Amino acid sequence: MVTIFVISLIIFIGVELLPGDVAETVLGQSATAETVEAFRKELKLDLAPHIRYGAWLGDFVQGDFGKSLANGRPVSGLIGWRFGNTIFLALTAAVIAVPLAVMLGMLAAFYRNTLFDKTISTVTLSFISFPEFFIAYILIALFSVQIHLFPSMATINSSMGLWDKIYAIMLPALTLTCVVTAHMMRQTRAAIINVLGSAYIEMAEIKGIRRLRIIMLHAFPNSLSPVINVIALNLAYLVVGVVIVEVVFVYPGLGQLLVDSVAKRDLPVVQASGLIFAAAYVFLNLMADVLSMLANPRLRQSR
Amino acid sequence: MLDLLKQSPISARVGMTIVLINVLVAIFAPVLAPYGETSIVGDVWASSSGQFYMGTDHLGRDLFTRLVYGARNTIALAFITTALSFVIGIVLGFIAAVKGGWTDQIFSRIIDIIMAFPTLIFALMILSVLGSSVSVLIFTIATLDSTRVYRLSRAVAMDIEVMEFVEAARLRGEGLWWLMRYEILPNALPPLVAEFGLRFCFVFLFIASLSFLGLGLQPPLADWGGMVRENAGAITFGIYTPLVPAAAIAFLTVGVNLIVDWALHLSSGLHE
Repeated sequence: MVTIFVISLIIFIGVELLPGDVAETVLGQSATAETVEAFRKELKLDLAPHIRYGAWLGDFVQGDFGKSLANGRPVSGLIGWRFGNTIFLALTAAVIAVPLAVMLGMLAAFYRNTLFDKTISTVTLSFISFPEFFIAYILIALFSVQIHLFPSMATINSSMGLWDKIYAIMLPALTLTCVVTAHMMRQTRAAIINVLGSAYIEMAEIKGIRRLRIIMLHAFPNSLSPVINVIALNLAYLVVGVVIVEVVFVYPGLGQLLVDSVAKRDLPVVQASGLIFAAAYVFLNLMADVLSMLANPRLRQSR
Repeated sequence: MLDLLKQSPISARVGMTIVLINVLVAIFAPVLAPYGETSIVGDVWASSSGQFYMGTDHLGRDLFTRLVYGARNTIALAFITTALSFVIGIVLGFIAAVKGGWTDQIFSRIIDIIMAFPTLIFALMILSVLGSSVSVLIFTIATLDSTRVYRLSRAVAMDIEVMEFVEAARLRGEGLWWLMRYEILPNALPPLVAEFGLRFCFVFLFIASLSFLGLGLQPPLADWGGMVRENAGAITFGIYTPLVPAAAIAFLTVGVNLIVDWALHLSSGLHE
């Protein structure tokens, strides 16, 4: 909570530091002194900074993000629908990625140092090294251009049904899945292998329990805490990584809006969407800590 | 050093070859490139031929030439940024470790706050406020990235700082700068060098992403991320022009990662 507050302060100060006057920038060359003055009144630029900060934050908490400088429409209207789209995309990717990553990680730990493990490690390492848009364009080239399976532009609107929407966002979701799965799978594998070194696993092996059973029932519950942590951190990453993927697929989400607004220097929109992204990121990081504490009672003691 | 190179695994050698090729291309760009960086020489999106090795881009510029100059701009920019972020991060991290107490507290809390904020979003906000020029780009990314370097160098320096030879130097009455430069830095180098490779990859991808979003290096300068963006429209016509610079980015990061893997392996002595 404090972090979010500080971030909002940083965002506000950052905008305050903007060289030049917002009013003059918006109205352009032809503005007379009177119109600039009137515009300043409208934006409350004539008040002291700390008062404006209070007013801005107060409005923000109530869901009033001010008006876009570019077209004068309220920012909340611009953001609301797009934010839903972004969450929808991130969720779809997460639903595919999380089970896949955990399963692959367990399999890789089970068959470790075999050909299967090495292949998976190499593939995931290269996915981590690639920029997101490279994966995105390869997927487009494969699925959209070559075999015409999925559309290359993820255009959706509110009248589409759920399945149509999922079909439309299949490629961006797959792109995100590739990137996130690689991270999660590697860390799941590392966590399980870490646990496999402990004495009670050796005990279980000596008792003659099958290896699959050891991994599922003995090793996995104890590596749950790091795995949950990794999943939450990756979801946080997903929220941010979505920006580039949205631009590639021209998906009407919050990231696309943010990038457009930065290019247009439409500050209220940048402020609002930046703060939303940051809040989501901080929240998910917090979730990571809380969940791993729930899964591992030992972490609760240390505070 | 030569012995070490001889023992290196194949993966590390592949990585070194990749990096070497990229560096050579970047240095000798004007010699290798058949045309000027921004000169328009042919049709839009022509396919590859003897005249244009990789075809042309969306304005009819030779893609191979752009790629070669792009190597120069992109790699140089990433390298300068990483170096700057290391200078900032190491100096602050070492000061925090040596001084301890309040200095450490203040630095660490500020860094915590910056790290709580997603890097890409932070960079976008700063660029929207200050506009996108090369110097702003370098300073923004270097500052954001130095937080990670700070964490590492502080942790490493903490371990070294409690050793007897540092204590001895303190008792001799050496100053802060001497302690940092001659006592701690030489002993902290191996992990920092491995980290440099990792951070370089990260910064490189980050700049590529920003350029791809249109907020990095501005045209007509050739830049791999920007080239992907400029040619993105071609892919829907089944022309694979945008994949070439994207592949170049992936190629270099894989190369650096292979070396880093080896370096980490060497410095940690892990056998997993």
